[in-house]
Amino acid sequence: MNHSSRFAPYLYVAPLVALLLFVFGYPLVRIFEFSFKMVRGIDGPWIGLRNYDLVLSQPLFWESVRHNLLLLLAVPFMVVWSLLIAVVLYERLKGWKLYRVVLFLPYILAIPIIAVVMKKMFQFNGPVNELLRWLSLDFLALDWIGSSDVALWTVMLLIIWRESALGIILFLARLLSLDESLIESAKLEGASWWQRLWYVIVPQMKVVIEFYVVVSVITILSAVFAYVFMIGGGRGGPGTSTMVVELYIFNALIRTSLPGIASAVSVLLFLVSLLLIVPLFAVRRRANEEEVG
Amino acid sequence: MAERLDLLAQRARPDQILKHGILVLATLVALAPSVFMILTSLKSQQEYTFNKVGLPQDVVFEHFHNVLFDSGFLGWMVNSIILAAGAVALSTVVSCLGAYAIARMQFVGRGLLFSISTSLMAVPPVVMIVPLFVLYTQLSLISTYQGAIIIYAGLITPFSVYLLTSFFRTLPREIFESARIDGAGDFLILLKIVIPLSLPALLTLVVVNALYVWNDLLIAIIFLQDDAKRTLMAGISVFQGRYGDQIPLTMAGMAFASAPMVILYLAFQKHYIQGLMAGSIK
Repeated sequence: MNHSSRFAPYLYVAPLVALLLFVFGYPLVRIFEFSFKMVRGIDGPWIGLRNYDLVLSQPLFWESVRHNLLLLLAVPFMVVWSLLIAVVLYERLKGWKLYRVVLFLPYILAIPIIAVVMKKMFQFNGPVNELLRWLSLDFLALDWIGSSDVALWTVMLLIIWRESALGIILFLARLLSLDESLIESAKLEGASWWQRLWYVIVPQMKVVIEFYVVVSVITILSAVFAYVFMIGGGRGGPGTSTMVVELYIFNALIRTSLPGIASAVSVLLFLVSLLLIVPLFAVRRRANEEEVG
Repeated sequence: MAERLDLLAQRARPDQILKHGILVLATLVALAPSVFMILTSLKSQQEYTFNKVGLPQDVVFEHFHNVLFDSGFLGWMVNSIILAAGAVALSTVVSCLGAYAIARMQFVGRGLLFSISTSLMAVPPVVMIVPLFVLYTQLSLISTYQGAIIIYAGLITPFSVYLLTSFFRTLPREIFESARIDGAGDFLILLKIVIPLSLPALLTLVVVNALYVWNDLLIAIIFLQDDAKRTLMAGISVFQGRYGDQIPLTMAGMAFASAPMVILYLAFQKHYIQGLMAGSIK
């Protein structure tokens, strides 16, 4: 081994290390530092835990957290709906490939675009309510966007609608990789469709379901900004009814110019994401093993 | 033969009808917003007030004309293309070099670098914005292409490194050994052998990453505030605020904005689906 090749690997990884240090390393160190400072402009004096005290005693922060947690209720619906569709697609009825292409479409459309469309559809005098009234379901014709009691649930519907498409594709891919002889033999032994689903198929999908649940939890806790920003008119409205943690950080940074406060919340969100990395890697590893095995 | 009879018997059973029913219902739900968007974009403002659900009675194309010529859509789209192309190009080069070293070379800290890089996939982008915003304000990098491209490239790189490293590791060892015997250096091997063999993985990667940059709203509205640098997604949030009550016009804008990705999806379904499954963490 000559002299140059001993250093060669470092040359190859140098740009990678530099990019990751700049975009992840620097900010992750800085949010901790800023969170203990009263930052005005680019820096400020140390103030200990005052930012945290302020954030943790503010009702709006806890309301944002509560909204993120409430949105987690979408996950069971996403799992059940995508599992149902994937299992039916797996029957390979006539035209199932075409269904598959269409059913994945929600995941292709950008969140801001689809949020604008949904916002118009769910207006109080919009087409959804018109349809509901026509079906004599007047009690369901809610003020989906404009009422502070309903808006968060509308956001949740939109999340379920879009994120289920990913579940369908993930679950279907797993189903198509299953050993069909097991299902066939269950069929020969007279197991009903439900029995085959519950005792043969679902147990073999355990890992991919877990993976989807963990990914969805991460998405809902830390990547719903675009949904909420568009539905809530940029401010988590009406009122503060669709305020979430990401929007709280955005507001503290951009609207009220308090980088210290924004950093304190960023630190808290980062710590939560660290907690989620452990289950994520556990399920990811098991999913990979299953694919190989 | 018995199997065929079984199939025939199955086809006639009512649960087949139920299953088709479920798929049709799911399809309607999945398509409803797109159908509403397209139908509404072809109605006049007056017609929409009394005909919200049905087919347009008089098809008008003026909204598309207005979107194309009297709004910022084309400029926003160009900005989005510049950012997606720049970020994807930068990230792909950096990730190819890094992933090649991680997959094929021995050096101190190799395992650590890969674990850290992979873990970064689960860190929410919003956590990084505060210090970068403060730094960019200081350096006058707000509303510059290069500033946003570096952030986007950084955010998509952990996934790229993860995918490429896994892929490079599956390439057979003999290829490398024979190339080395022929006197090829590492860079030549990467350029002439590894990359051509990895084209399917690279295409998947480009699709996922370009889609991420194209669809992002958070970074775009914070780091590209100048109207001339606005991306399509940030532009949409401005557009809907300005023309919120002109629903047919708004829908024409949305239809126009979603067309490129839908066309690419229909053309490259396989890569999209594989890529998004692999990138489902994002």
